[in-house]
Amino acid sequence: MSTTKTPSTKRGKLVNLRNFPGFTSTSWFVMFFLYIPLVYVVIYSFNSSRIGSIWKGFSVKWYGKVLHNTDIQRALKNSLEVGISATILSTLLAVMAALGLLRMQRAGKAVAMALIGAPLIIAEVVLAVGTLGLFIAVGVPLGKVGLIVAHTAFCVPFALLPIRARLSQLDMAPFEAASDLGANERQILRRITLPLLSPAIIAGALLAFAISIDDFITSFFVAGPGSTTLPVYIFGMIRSTVTPEVNAISTLLLLFSSIVLIGSYLIQRKRR
Amino acid sequence: MTAVTTPTKKPVTPARPGQSSPKLAYLPIIFLAFAIGVPLLIIVVYSFLETPSQGTGVKWVFTTDNYRALFIQEKLDGTTAFDTRYIKVLWTSFYYSLITTVVTLVFSVPVAMWIATREARKRTLLVALVTLPFWISILIRTYGIRQIIADEGPIGKFLGLFDISWSILYAPPATILGLIYVFLPFMVLPIYASAERFDFRLAEAAYDLGAKRMTVVRRIILPSIRPGIISGVALVFIPALGSFLQSDMLGGGKTNMVANVIANNFGQARNWPFGSALAVLLIILTLLFVLVIQGVAQRRGDKVELV
Repeated sequence: MSTTKTPSTKRGKLVNLRNFPGFTSTSWFVMFFLYIPLVYVVIYSFNSSRIGSIWKGFSVKWYGKVLHNTDIQRALKNSLEVGISATILSTLLAVMAALGLLRMQRAGKAVAMALIGAPLIIAEVVLAVGTLGLFIAVGVPLGKVGLIVAHTAFCVPFALLPIRARLSQLDMAPFEAASDLGANERQILRRITLPLLSPAIIAGALLAFAISIDDFITSFFVAGPGSTTLPVYIFGMIRSTVTPEVNAISTLLLLFSSIVLIGSYLIQRKRR
Repeated sequence: MTAVTTPTKKPVTPARPGQSSPKLAYLPIIFLAFAIGVPLLIIVVYSFLETPSQGTGVKWVFTTDNYRALFIQEKLDGTTAFDTRYIKVLWTSFYYSLITTVVTLVFSVPVAMWIATREARKRTLLVALVTLPFWISILIRTYGIRQIIADEGPIGKFLGLFDISWSILYAPPATILGLIYVFLPFMVLPIYASAERFDFRLAEAAYDLGAKRMTVVRRIILPSIRPGIISGVALVFIPALGSFLQSDMLGGGKTNMVANVIANNFGQARNWPFGSALAVLLIILTLLFVLVIQGVAQRRGDKVELV
């Protein structure tokens, strides 16, 4: 897109088609709307008052409470274990699917894409109760293993998204050159395909991790009492008592999400 | 990965260097058939089974009563009556999702166009600001908007100064506002992706050739961002239709959406077969919507990929 601003000057008056009346103010309003609730939560996480809505002075005591809460520690550990496992597994499956699907026949590809795409279209609650039914039917105990299986399944489409996009843009010349120079399929995969795909694989993995860590509904149904994840625990906290602790833990998670986003942005910029 | 250089007899797409065997996709497909396919199949099967007289789960006896119960109520005295409760739940879900889609669309087009017309550096920052909420837990975002609209929240306090009472939490408007808040970035980003590719010199050319400003918008700009709008509508409407948290946390259980009723039937209400029948209905509605969206996109010749 051109960046030079050349307002049309016909019909006597200056008209800039890049600026429509009200667009700027609407945009600022929307940005304000998106961030005010988050800013409010962050500010009130430093409120010393026990009652959430009344400001009584600055304090970090709720952060101390959160950090010393063993239930939160356990839930965080569960979330990280499930999230990291599901990220590794779903990214691996996504790479395999992306490479294998390139040469698959139409019918097989259609079935595969329907299975991969289902979590993007079908309401999560439906898949969650179906997975609950599956685990009870085949005797998978409700816990971490089941959680990892369920999370891996719905993370695959997210991990696949950037990988497929990158794969479709790849220049075939290096592959042909390598093949002409005598590289076998395995060498091409290891030395050319995977390195060329690596930024997309990292982006896919980050996306999968974010989706897994944030997941509430599936974890709510499949976790079982021993393996409560952080979102399920926070949901319980919000439901039972609104202590400023919820604000503090939310702020910590906001910080974490921001760091992950900035990190992925920096990785991608470095690679370019 | 053996069938690479040897010409294959089967009518498989011929391998080019660097293209792996389709066999590589077998493991992911088998896994997803187990973890996605089977659960969906189970829901369909359960919806045709009876509820056990006690405990959770299903009784393996075929019945279509669960679907009947969606529309017809058996009274204690043996008579039956048309039951509108679940139709209302479905209608509520559809209606809330529709409002959410329309409102987010109305706000997203200006925002996307505005971001697309900023200079490159500012654009990167603004896109990052709209993307950040994607990475933040929907639970926390829903909690955040609840704190803002709560009776004793900042809006309530401000209006309290003028003795105006404010109480929208735990009522339908709160649920809809929550849906709008949570799904707004899902509408802005795809529209922005289309708007960013639009060459504004085209709009200027049309204007210089005598088109009126609104004509430029209608004939040049809107058709160019239409693929983004169609993607955005799908990305907002589909998850809104199956949303659970907003009506649970903001509607206070008074304004149940279909996901809440399904969850309740697999939870406290302990009626898995009925919950399954409702889930099947939700799947059908979602797929119908996907067909409509794809039909619209195809007729317009836009390439919109939902998967």
